[in-house]
Amino acid sequence: MTKLFTTTALLAALALPAYAVQPADGETLADSQTYTYWLLDAIKTLDPAKNTDVEGSDALRSLFEGLMNEDAKGEMVPGVAESYEVSDDQLVYTFKLRDAKWSNGEPVTAGDFAYAWQRVVKPETASEYAWYMELMNVKNATEIVAGDMPAEELGVKAIDDKTLEVTLTKPTPYFVSTLSHASTFPVPRAVVEEFGDNWTQPDHLVGNGAFTLASHNLGVELVMNKNPEYWDADNVLMETVRAVTVNDNNVALTRYQAGELDRVQIPAGQYPRLSEQSPEEAVSVPYGCSYAYVMNLSDKGPEALKDVRVRQAMALGLNREVIVDQVLQGGQKPAYSWTHWAINGFTPPEGGMADMSMEDRIAKAKELLAEAGYGPENPVKVSLQYNTDDSHRLLAIAAQQFWRPLGIEVELNNVEWKVHTDRLQSQDFDVARYAWCADYNEPSTFLDWFRTDGYNSGKWSNAEYDELLAEAATAEDPAPLYQQAEEILAEEMPAIFVYHYAKVEMINPDIKGLPRENLLNTWYAKDLYRVAD
Amino acid sequence: MIAFILRRLAVAVPTLLLLIVFSFILMHMAPGGPFTAERALPPQVIANLEAQYGLNDPLWLQIWHYLYNIVVHFDFGPSFVYPDRSVNQLIAAGFPVTLTYGILSFVSAIVLGVSLGVVAAIWHNSWVDYIAVGISIGAQVLPNFVMAPLLVLVLTLWYRLLPGGGWSFSDPSFWIMPVIALATSYMASIARITRSSMLEVLGSNHIRTARAKGMPEYRVIIRHALKPAMLPVISYLGPVFVSMITGSVVIDMYFSTGGIGKAFVDSALNRDYAVMMGVTILVGALTILFNLIVDVLYAWIDPKIRY
Repeated sequence: MTKLFTTTALLAALALPAYAVQPADGETLADSQTYTYWLLDAIKTLDPAKNTDVEGSDALRSLFEGLMNEDAKGEMVPGVAESYEVSDDQLVYTFKLRDAKWSNGEPVTAGDFAYAWQRVVKPETASEYAWYMELMNVKNATEIVAGDMPAEELGVKAIDDKTLEVTLTKPTPYFVSTLSHASTFPVPRAVVEEFGDNWTQPDHLVGNGAFTLASHNLGVELVMNKNPEYWDADNVLMETVRAVTVNDNNVALTRYQAGELDRVQIPAGQYPRLSEQSPEEAVSVPYGCSYAYVMNLSDKGPEALKDVRVRQAMALGLNREVIVDQVLQGGQKPAYSWTHWAINGFTPPEGGMADMSMEDRIAKAKELLAEAGYGPENPVKVSLQYNTDDSHRLLAIAAQQFWRPLGIEVELNNVEWKVHTDRLQSQDFDVARYAWCADYNEPSTFLDWFRTDGYNSGKWSNAEYDELLAEAATAEDPAPLYQQAEEILAEEMPAIFVYHYAKVEMINPDIKGLPRENLLNTWYAKDLYRVAD
Repeated sequence: MIAFILRRLAVAVPTLLLLIVFSFILMHMAPGGPFTAERALPPQVIANLEAQYGLNDPLWLQIWHYLYNIVVHFDFGPSFVYPDRSVNQLIAAGFPVTLTYGILSFVSAIVLGVSLGVVAAIWHNSWVDYIAVGISIGAQVLPNFVMAPLLVLVLTLWYRLLPGGGWSFSDPSFWIMPVIALATSYMASIARITRSSMLEVLGSNHIRTARAKGMPEYRVIIRHALKPAMLPVISYLGPVFVSMITGSVVIDMYFSTGGIGKAFVDSALNRDYAVMMGVTILVGALTILFNLIVDVLYAWIDPKIRY
């Protein structure tokens, strides 16, 4: 009964049209509808199956459209799917597609989706995001990636041109929220097969998004123009979108100030000054990533860290308020949980160290260390590894200073990015900086990391924690389970949670329609428009 | 002379071969690989990727395939990090950019540097000399990573004269700042070398003879002093030219030119093996070529040198 009710509710929500954002009353549109945004680096690929970057996804959401889109608050709204139904056992999703067209005028069919999804898991495609289909729990994804089954066996089927059926291995509460991800976008089979690796070049690329690719000068700029074939083209106001690469954040800020860019990230430490100078432009909004110091608890890790009292003491002694207010200065928040505070359906546990004063925390830390047999005379000696970056370095120095008086001596170990990740993954570190960004807006995107078979670079393992998460996956109301899981993390401290990210940017006030409440910062160029000064 | 050139070219082949083999081995010894990512990929996905790019073969076989494809097909392989593009495409897109601003910088550095040096030497110890020396020292101590953001600040933000970055072959306004930033410190070095070498030549016997014959001063300088004074400058220019046309990370970074200087550094950091090898070979071949050209020029300028 309850399940039936949920299904009906979902369908009702989808019955609302999902047109592009329109100007508010009293706003006058500018004559030139262009939007120019900043990229730190080149976009590596425009192939939805091969993309791994946030920057790539931003561009792909304009060039292609998946079954679902996100609105300004991050809620799922219909994209190419007009509606869907879920079977009673929550395993089969049937999507009804709208009349949408590719930019070459051909219709977008269910078969295009099935082809695209099969292409992601096919070993020959060598997609770095093949695991995403496994995360979505699409039937047989794992076996196909392993090469044990042909790609045609994937749990996605075109019933007819307008009906797509997806079969899952197990009920997946977050399944629909995975459908706005670029890996799930349809691709035009004929074009892909004709041009091979070159199909994403401006002369060849055919998409079903609100924009088409006009030019792509690698590492310089990418230009997209409005696609007249897009199903909702009448409601799209933006004409041209340019993504400009500037490899230096400070130069990018100068170019923003010169009017060359409409949106740029604010370099570390400059938010207070800029928000004073231009309060209408400097924006800081919560962003779904968490920063942590992961402890190596595997056999290769240091003995001292295997004592939970030492881990607790380190977590207590780290003054996150100073890190956030004095070092980062961009509206980030101190983290006492792994899950970002703003994630949907998450309430952080109460009564932890967040409620203690810094003096109490330090006293408690000293006490715990003494119990464990450590102190200034007999210090804990560990190394803290971080990858080359100014703010990682500053944070590591701050941490070193906070821990030294307690009797924890930290040797800083700066390595380049590839060495850092390589050592993390082979448990060749003591304590290492790490950050995780949400794949979808639900606590499990964070909490899964610490599962025994999760990414979990520190190799912490707790049976109770694993069970809680397994239970949460099918629970009607998983929120209390997630909270219990966070309590275990706070108790066991397999990592020290440092801060929750904020997206700190300068945004031209003439540009409207950028979402400010979407934790994953998923934005669509079709929703943007420029108003006259 | 011809025999000399042929001999040098014959040595170049094994040199390049050694370069390729050593770089290949060193590259594979570096920790991490092209597919080492923050989110550890499942082993099966890694295996699929490695199979796709032939990384699961033994190293010697990989080197062999690599060399075979270059020699037979002139194919430097696919990029590991930019899956839509091949190394040939990446170099074809980036090298012309670097070549354009590199050659322009090279020419401006020589013209300005040599003029400054000559003028300073002729009016030795006068105010002209002091200004010229002042300029060249100032330019020398201003590194391009300071100069580049400064140029953007002044010419783009304050005066709105030039675009703050990017690249277009049809619009020279994009070329100006990269050329200034790249040429300045080379110009300063050229000016200093020219000045001291010119001073030395001006004090030599053949100049005294020329002046004693009553030859006009401008002819003395152009016909008799300039050519020998250029010898040390030329030996400096050979390697400088190669480093200028194969790009500067700093210029590519600050001005987002899309040139191969940054592509090279990125490829090393990303472990984009194929791109890294491609650019290494390009730089290696150009270095060998221009060292040869410098040697030939030497013989032309200084009759005492015989090969």
